[in-house]
Amino acid sequence: MSAESSPKIVIVDESPIRAAILEEGLREAGFTGVVHISEMQSLLARIYALDPDVILIDLENPSRDVLEQMFQVSRAVRRPIAMFVDQSDAASIQASVDAGVSAYIVDGLKKERIKPILDLCISRFNAFSKLQDELDRTKSALEERKVIDRAKGILMKVKGLTEEEAYVLMRSTAMREKKKIGEIAQSILTASELLK
Amino acid sequence: MTTPLHIGFIPLVDAAALIIAVDKGFTAAEGLDVTLVREVSWSNVRDKLNIGMFDAAHLLAPVAIASSLGLGHVKVPIVAPFNLGLNGNAITVSPALHAAIMSEIDGDPLDPMATALALARVVAARRKSGAEPLTFGMTFPFSTHNYQLRFWMAAGGVDPDEDVRLVVLPPPYMVDSLANGHVDAFCVGAPWNSVAVDLGVGHILHFVSDILVRAAEKVLAVRQSWSEKNPNALAALIRAAAHAAEYIEEPGNRAETAHILARPERLGVGAEVIQRALDGRLKISPDGQQRESGRYLLVGREGAGRPDPAQAAWLYAQMVRWGQTQMRPDALRTAMAVFRPELYDAAMGRPGAAPNAPGAIGAFAGPAFDPADIAGHLAAFKIGHWKP
Repeated sequence: MSAESSPKIVIVDESPIRAAILEEGLREAGFTGVVHISEMQSLLARIYALDPDVILIDLENPSRDVLEQMFQVSRAVRRPIAMFVDQSDAASIQASVDAGVSAYIVDGLKKERIKPILDLCISRFNAFSKLQDELDRTKSALEERKVIDRAKGILMKVKGLTEEEAYVLMRSTAMREKKKIGEIAQSILTASELLK
Repeated sequence: MTTPLHIGFIPLVDAAALIIAVDKGFTAAEGLDVTLVREVSWSNVRDKLNIGMFDAAHLLAPVAIASSLGLGHVKVPIVAPFNLGLNGNAITVSPALHAAIMSEIDGDPLDPMATALALARVVAARRKSGAEPLTFGMTFPFSTHNYQLRFWMAAGGVDPDEDVRLVVLPPPYMVDSLANGHVDAFCVGAPWNSVAVDLGVGHILHFVSDILVRAAEKVLAVRQSWSEKNPNALAALIRAAAHAAEYIEEPGNRAETAHILARPERLGVGAEVIQRALDGRLKISPDGQQRESGRYLLVGREGAGRPDPAQAAWLYAQMVRWGQTQMRPDALRTAMAVFRPELYDAAMGRPGAAPNAPGAIGAFAGPAFDPADIAGHLAAFKIGHWKP
């Protein structure tokens, strides 16, 4: 078993970007034996073929329940695997669930050896979801921009306003009604759709 | 003042009482502000309940017991003051396995002993011909599905750990796995059996009510510590779920119930297929054959909502029988104490109600179940992996 040198780590994640971010982090930290599984068919057979010491899985993955089978004593299971939980350290469970990741380890692997892997995993997962949030925010800002532009066009046409006047009208209405300008623009689009 | 609660659920028909309680306003009427959170795995539901991210959850009854005993995971005492459903699972087999069982069957195909004996002959013939062992899908190691499959096949002489393979599969993956031959059969809750039949890739061989007349399935689970700190919120939640269950059981409300459950943020499958499970009228074979049973899924009727500690004892006995834990009297007491009829009675204003009728489990094989003599009960079964 390679566990004495660098433990063999399997990442089970259907998101290739997040898996790549995590894999890179692990390699930088000196964990060289990292394999990514993105295909959930025959997951257990794949894992047994790789025979890892540590398995990392994202919590959005329904196949997490498949891994729970590895705790069981049965013929289907070769090496007993346990979920990495430290009864004394509720904060570490909380942190990993918050980040959206869970770790499973071969029974007997020392806690000191898994802790840095899990910590790294948590920080990379958090970094990934921050990136995801930024991307979502940028996308919705772009969407809002488009809606405002279309609403401006409608006001210019219907009320014979200039572009500047149409924008000022929407902004002042938004302030008066304590709404976002995007919401006002959306209601203009909806209303014009209804009145067609 | 309203109490905010976060409650986790898995998209299955037996989450109905919880979903209707929230979406039809029964929780709001009790002064609760509930946010339902849809989850993708039982492990997630368990962990989020354990660490307090959820105040309550739709949970597999055996997971509530395993958590309280510290089996397979961290020990966190859980209490179940309300049963979200009795029965509701079915065993679905591939067309090929269905044909093989039917060609071997000697007796009524609805008789689980006849099908289990036929399965044993199919298994023996496969072994003789050098074919791969049959693979059965179930949802979780600590699941009713696991124990129901095992109980059924072992009665016919099939050792679930030696003669076939049992594998965990997330419910939404069951149908695909059956279609592509990854499994030959599965045991799962609604609506997945019906989905397999509709796609022509499976036959419903048994409702679990053929195997056990009355089987605790999903419970409304909370941490014991939470129940002690929030007795009023808990009682309100029990009442809301009980009122919702009563609403669902009224046949005139079934269509609306199915419609609400079908929403994308709830189950996200067709209302018609959901209503089949609620009505207990299921298409069981791709050629359109129907089967109706008053025992398919019980949400509230026949006192289904009131937890029965004997059910917890039966589930604990299965954990012992299949080697997930050892028989210990204190562990049995802990397991039985997870199911809390007195919390239900107090919330419903019926303290001191009569205990549930004994022998209510009604398994098709073996002696009547007696929680007071689990060792004696298990000794009556030839196949099992426990040491007295």
